[in-house]
Amino acid sequence: MEKFTKITGVAAPMPLVNIDTDMIIPKQFLKTIKRSGLGVNLFDEMRYNDDGTEKPDFVLNKPAYRKAEIIVAGENFGCGSSREHAPWALLDFGIRCVISTSYADIFYNNCFKNGILPIVLPAEQVAVLMEDAEKGQNARISVDLEAQQVTAADGEVFKFEIDPFKKHCLLNGLDDIGLTMNKATSIDKFEAQAAATRPWV
Amino acid sequence: MTTPKTLYDKIWDAHVADEAEDGTCLLYIDRHLVHEVTSPQAFEGLRMAGRKVRAPDKTIAVPDHNVPTTLDRLEGIKNEESKIQVDALDKNAKDFGIHYYPVSDVRQGIVHIVGPEQGWTLPGMTVVCGDSHTATHGAFGALAHGIGTSEVEHVLATQTLIQKKSKNMKVEITGKLRPGVTAKDITLSVIGATGTAGGTGYVIEYCGEAIRDLSMEGRMTVCNMAIEGGARAGLIAPDEKTFEYVMGRPHAPKGAQWEAALAWWKTLYTDEGAHFDKVVTLKGEDIAPVVTWGTSPEDVLPITGKVPAPEDFKGGKVEAAKRSLDYMGLTPGTPLSEIKIDTVFIGSCTNGRIEDLRAAAAILKGKKVKDGLRAMIVPGSGLVRAQAEEEGLAEIFTEAGFEWRLAGCSMCLAMNPDQLAPGERCAATSNRNFEGRQGRGGRTHLMSPAMAAAAAITGHLTDVRDLM
Repeated sequence: MEKFTKITGVAAPMPLVNIDTDMIIPKQFLKTIKRSGLGVNLFDEMRYNDDGTEKPDFVLNKPAYRKAEIIVAGENFGCGSSREHAPWALLDFGIRCVISTSYADIFYNNCFKNGILPIVLPAEQVAVLMEDAEKGQNARISVDLEAQQVTAADGEVFKFEIDPFKKHCLLNGLDDIGLTMNKATSIDKFEAQAAATRPWV
Repeated sequence: MTTPKTLYDKIWDAHVADEAEDGTCLLYIDRHLVHEVTSPQAFEGLRMAGRKVRAPDKTIAVPDHNVPTTLDRLEGIKNEESKIQVDALDKNAKDFGIHYYPVSDVRQGIVHIVGPEQGWTLPGMTVVCGDSHTATHGAFGALAHGIGTSEVEHVLATQTLIQKKSKNMKVEITGKLRPGVTAKDITLSVIGATGTAGGTGYVIEYCGEAIRDLSMEGRMTVCNMAIEGGARAGLIAPDEKTFEYVMGRPHAPKGAQWEAALAWWKTLYTDEGAHFDKVVTLKGEDIAPVVTWGTSPEDVLPITGKVPAPEDFKGGKVEAAKRSLDYMGLTPGTPLSEIKIDTVFIGSCTNGRIEDLRAAAAILKGKKVKDGLRAMIVPGSGLVRAQAEEEGLAEIFTEAGFEWRLAGCSMCLAMNPDQLAPGERCAATSNRNFEGRQGRGGRTHLMSPAMAAAAAITGHLTDVRDLM
């Protein structure tokens, strides 16, 4: 997994609430057996016409946002299906960070497994950043994970909270499975004890 | 004195294999269900790292999302990409030695219907699957939730998940349901009341007389949509109905182990005085047969209501409602019961069980599907299909003009050929009415099987109580 430390980039505004994972990556693209290559179909139904041409009004089709690295989104971003294809598609497009007031639980966890930082901020701060994002490519937002802060285009700084373990893994690009395997003794012990107390499992 | 615990607390505590100082836990997983869409990258990850499946005996796979539901499917899956995914699951199941129900097996079906049916899902277990509707298994008093593909790989390799505990939320449905009101109406009404983010950060325990009165099938319908309310999982404390449902199933414990299991299962309830961080109470008698009008599962109204206007909402929901109404092609003020439909879909992990088919058949018996309507019933598993045929339900459906399909996820998410055309409007018993969910441009109204059956007869959204 790629590390996440700091980025400064263009942020795309997506103020719609409840953007679900079916919108982020529609099901016809879940038939892949790979993790890569989904960026071109990110937000497919919002982004393309039936004939495959781009919808010029969709934010990521506008010249200012074609290289966006951040999305500032409405509340409850990533709700619905558990498909990890959603963060895979975001990452493949080039999105490394999402900023919103809230996320759906599974999507939030999936981001951390893929080097994407989902930041939660209060509504009034998201509103400031949404306004920045709407200004286009010259209003860049900076995100510093180590310092746990977002810097708006005009220099205003917002602090954010993040689980220390998730932060550690993201900063160092750590593979969860490797970390857990270091605790194999605990798992062995638990398994033996569970086999004795709940043998029917 | 020990601190009173919720049902969630008890199951959680029984599965913590390791706890770090910051409260991050390794939660041991008793059952890992696997399907073809969210697993190929996980198995590939294992291969690349030279890892094995740690507990193949606790890992159960079945293809469901992609499989065609037409009778000719055994001749092979025509869609090349779908075929590759199903073939990959075949190979992965064989290579890693996990339990497997292939497309040709009569027990094949939707993973969340197969698990309980085969007795893999038991009270007090932790159950995960790379699918958000894993919440279904909470009906047994099992802590069950959806995970992403990286987590699927993590569970395959370690049989654990890295987790922090959620908060406790109680959803109580008091009293009795009125005639024509079902488990689906309960679960949709709860989401309507709390919103799709109302349960975010929580595990919900559903309780109260109306929940107790539900069959296991109904309880699965309720828990299935806990995720649509944003919750990590939904739970219902096991009781005699649960034990009766589980007893004798192929993978349920037997003999002395059954007795031991039962003794533990009977301790799985929320203690008097246990703390809930959030409580929502609905009166059973206040719940009406409901439908969704928009593109979020929280867009719920009684069938006697009217299409709302964007101005009826606040904040970001105003814009969202505007977009929904435009997508759905609806005008504010239209009575919901006047909305004409093109298609009826009865099935899915929400409502694809035998009781759902019985409820639909009770309405459809001796009736015909409205001229020009497309109507299909997709049983949740091969065994549900067989039982429906034995009970004479299949005959009622085909005589009414429904297509009687083979088991799979089908038009719930339209990854197989069962899809809506742009603008096509569907009365569906599934769980999501998102834009494009049932096919690009397709319009979905969620409801109970009885309500969907009623709509099939009249050709428009209908109050099932008018046909009872």
